[in-house]
Amino acid sequence: MNAALETHGLAKRFGGIVATNDVTFRLERGARQALIGPNGAGKTTFVNLLTGVLTPSTGRVVLAGEDITRLRPEARVRRGLVRTFQINQLFGDLTPLETIALAVDERLGLGRDWRRRVGAVDAVSAEVEQVAERFGLLDVLDRRTDTLPYGKQRLLEIAAAFACAPQVLLLDEPAAGVPEAERRDILDAIAALPADVSVLLIEHDMDLVFSFARRISVLVDGGLLVEGEPEAIAADSRVRAVYLGERIDG
Amino acid sequence: MATILFDGVAYGMLLFVLACGLAVTLGLMNFVNLAHGAFAMAGGYATVLLMDRAGWPFLACLPAAFIVAAAIGLVLERTLYRHMYGRSPLDQVLFSIGLVFMAVALTDYLLGSSQRNIMLPDWLQGRREILGVNVGIYRSFLIVLCGALAIGLQAGLMRTRFGSRLRAAVDDARVARGLGIPVATVFAATFAVGSGLAGLGGALGVELLGLDPYFPLKFMIYFLIVVTVGGTSGVMGPFVASLLLGIADVAGKYYLSSALGGFVIYVVLIVVLALRPNGLFARAR
Amino acid sequence: MTRGQTIAAQGLARRARWRAPEIVFWVLAFAALLLPPGKHLLLNEVAILALFALSLDLILGYAGIISLGHAAFFGAGAYAAGLFCKLVTPDPLAGLVVGIAAGALLGLLTSFLVLRGSDLTRLMVTLGVALVLHEVANALPQWTGGADGLQGMVVGPLLGRFDFDLYGRTAYAYSLATLFVLFLLARCIVNSPFGLSLMAIRRNSLRASALGVPVNRRLVAVYTLAAAYAGAAGALLAQTTAYVSLEVLEFQRSADVLLALIIGGAGWLYGGLAGAIVFKILQDTLASNAPQFWMFWMGLFLVVLALVGRERLSGGMRGLLARVARR
Repeated sequence: MNAALETHGLAKRFGGIVATNDVTFRLERGARQALIGPNGAGKTTFVNLLTGVLTPSTGRVVLAGEDITRLRPEARVRRGLVRTFQINQLFGDLTPLETIALAVDERLGLGRDWRRRVGAVDAVSAEVEQVAERFGLLDVLDRRTDTLPYGKQRLLEIAAAFACAPQVLLLDEPAAGVPEAERRDILDAIAALPADVSVLLIEHDMDLVFSFARRISVLVDGGLLVEGEPEAIAADSRVRAVYLGERIDG
Repeated sequence: MATILFDGVAYGMLLFVLACGLAVTLGLMNFVNLAHGAFAMAGGYATVLLMDRAGWPFLACLPAAFIVAAAIGLVLERTLYRHMYGRSPLDQVLFSIGLVFMAVALTDYLLGSSQRNIMLPDWLQGRREILGVNVGIYRSFLIVLCGALAIGLQAGLMRTRFGSRLRAAVDDARVARGLGIPVATVFAATFAVGSGLAGLGGALGVELLGLDPYFPLKFMIYFLIVVTVGGTSGVMGPFVASLLLGIADVAGKYYLSSALGGFVIYVVLIVVLALRPNGLFARAR
Repeated sequence: MTRGQTIAAQGLARRARWRAPEIVFWVLAFAALLLPPGKHLLLNEVAILALFALSLDLILGYAGIISLGHAAFFGAGAYAAGLFCKLVTPDPLAGLVVGIAAGALLGLLTSFLVLRGSDLTRLMVTLGVALVLHEVANALPQWTGGADGLQGMVVGPLLGRFDFDLYGRTAYAYSLATLFVLFLLARCIVNSPFGLSLMAIRRNSLRASALGVPVNRRLVAVYTLAAAYAGAAGALLAQTTAYVSLEVLEFQRSADVLLALIIGGAGWLYGGLAGAIVFKILQDTLASNAPQFWMFWMGLFLVVLALVGRERLSGGMRGLLARVARR
């Protein structure tokens, strides 16, 4: 059976700098996997290569058996490869209602519809409501996004991605910067993601990584250093060296 | 053929002096200053008025044009422009178009709308045969003067302490401030010099380009082309772009009809930007 | 409310509801037809500028594309309608359609140029396109009349019945009706999923594409649409004045429409309309003394506006309307 997402010899060079170095990587269906690595390890570049914001210098990206290396970002989203963003990239003066409706409309191919108003299709508004309910956003649906508490904004970030009906969901530091009191909601929302969605968590926070991931990949200097189960990774001397080294530096 | 090339080079050199200030404010400081031509106009009118009313010789007017435009630039930078750094391009566009409109209206009101000319001194007039090419003396003068300025600018930007301070301030104003570089002063001085050079260009250009209150609007596009096509890597890009533009414009007007020739440069602009949105000589990012 | 009406459906429906001030606005606009003769020529200009500003708002306010050359499409529509009237048929509605088509075609062809690059690149490209057209029109006097303008248009009666009179009442009715129809269409579009995706693109195109929005295709579509609107405005001007000059393609026209839109505030459909009214009234009062005065005050206004911040002005205007609406 095909993996949910694979890369084969993926590399990206900017001038003389190698940002991603020959990464061959596999995300199984229904995976709960984490991608960790010290600052500057190339996690962001790797995610941008997966989602199509950057084009790789060499190598391939394969989604459920289909080569998507040359597809534009939005085409990958339609095929079920969806990401969230680490720093807030939401539409500040739109409401959560509009943001989620946008994602649902695009997924159903209604985004080019100019005749009906947004929400005129019952199926759309029903689904918007379901998604909002799932992520605890019902009470703030009509507020401007930039006036929401930060935890709610992070939830909307995930909710909007979820509304794209992902097969593979890339969560980029979903809880970064969220106050402790609101953190629980986000962890719960992530834990409650449907089992058939394959999740890759890109994260710094080791507590979150070890509570969530059943498998961990470690990226160092643009290349995969090691992959394995959490216990093995925690015990791996190379990983410890990298992280201890970083702590001494930082 | 050679004469056209020569005229094009002279024209391009003049454009460079006119536009190089914009290459710094727009190219390096990222400020969309559509009012750049107004400073050139100030230099042009300073020259016309000093020659006509005060009887100054042409050569003495050139530094005066520089100083007048630089002074106006300095005052405006300190009072108005500095508030607009870091604003959205649309805001900068509106602001600088507004300045152009005011400059045009005021000039028209104070000095009249007619086209102004100057009398060049005798020794700059006429044509001469050099190496078998028939060249205008004034154009030769332009090439020598503007070429020297271009070399001086490049050296100034790359070799001097001021140049390195400016580049640091442009790259990251916060870090530069932390290093003790007086960013505001550096920007103000740069802006003043850029405006002054435009003023000098305006003075030199009266003979070739003519001068009337609508000068800033008429030549705005040329300055912008120089900078956008030339990219933001320093003054060499804009310099090459100026020469190309000058030659293309002169050749286009000569070989095609004068009406159609005008559009050659715009087509070149569009093609260049379609292929290289960040300019021909863009810095790799 | 039917079964299945959810909170979401109600919330989304609220976005597109007609509000009282809107209705009052249009009633007043049409009621102005009944004014005694004398002001209709000016009102006609207002309606045309409003349509042109509405067009710019579609790309600038909704999709975030800065343009300094929107006159290109206005001029294309004007010349197309003018030539069509002289060469094919004097019927104004057919000419309007031709003007719209000309604008749309040019918009579609040039839309690919504004997809890439920064705001600055877009400014330059749009400016360049308008300048190319200006040079072309200037260089083809046998078609455009060159600097003398396209003369000798005899525009037929509207719907075969209403002649264009000297006082401009028919002209105003024609322009206003066109504006109204195209406004309704624009209103429908901005409230649709298509319109929502544009708003998302303007705010953050990277994020929009990460939610599955095909950014480039949407931008091509809206740029073409806006160009069609501008073409309509140009056609209206050509037909109601029976004359087309090179002025329709000048930078000044692109700057004027930008200014009108900025006065009213970009990003809401009434911005262009309100701005056009204010702009034309100011122009009419100030420019009648001396054109330089007008230019000076316009410049001063722009400088102050940019220094103070556009958001405060348009925000203030919108807030005022919202307060009126709540009463």
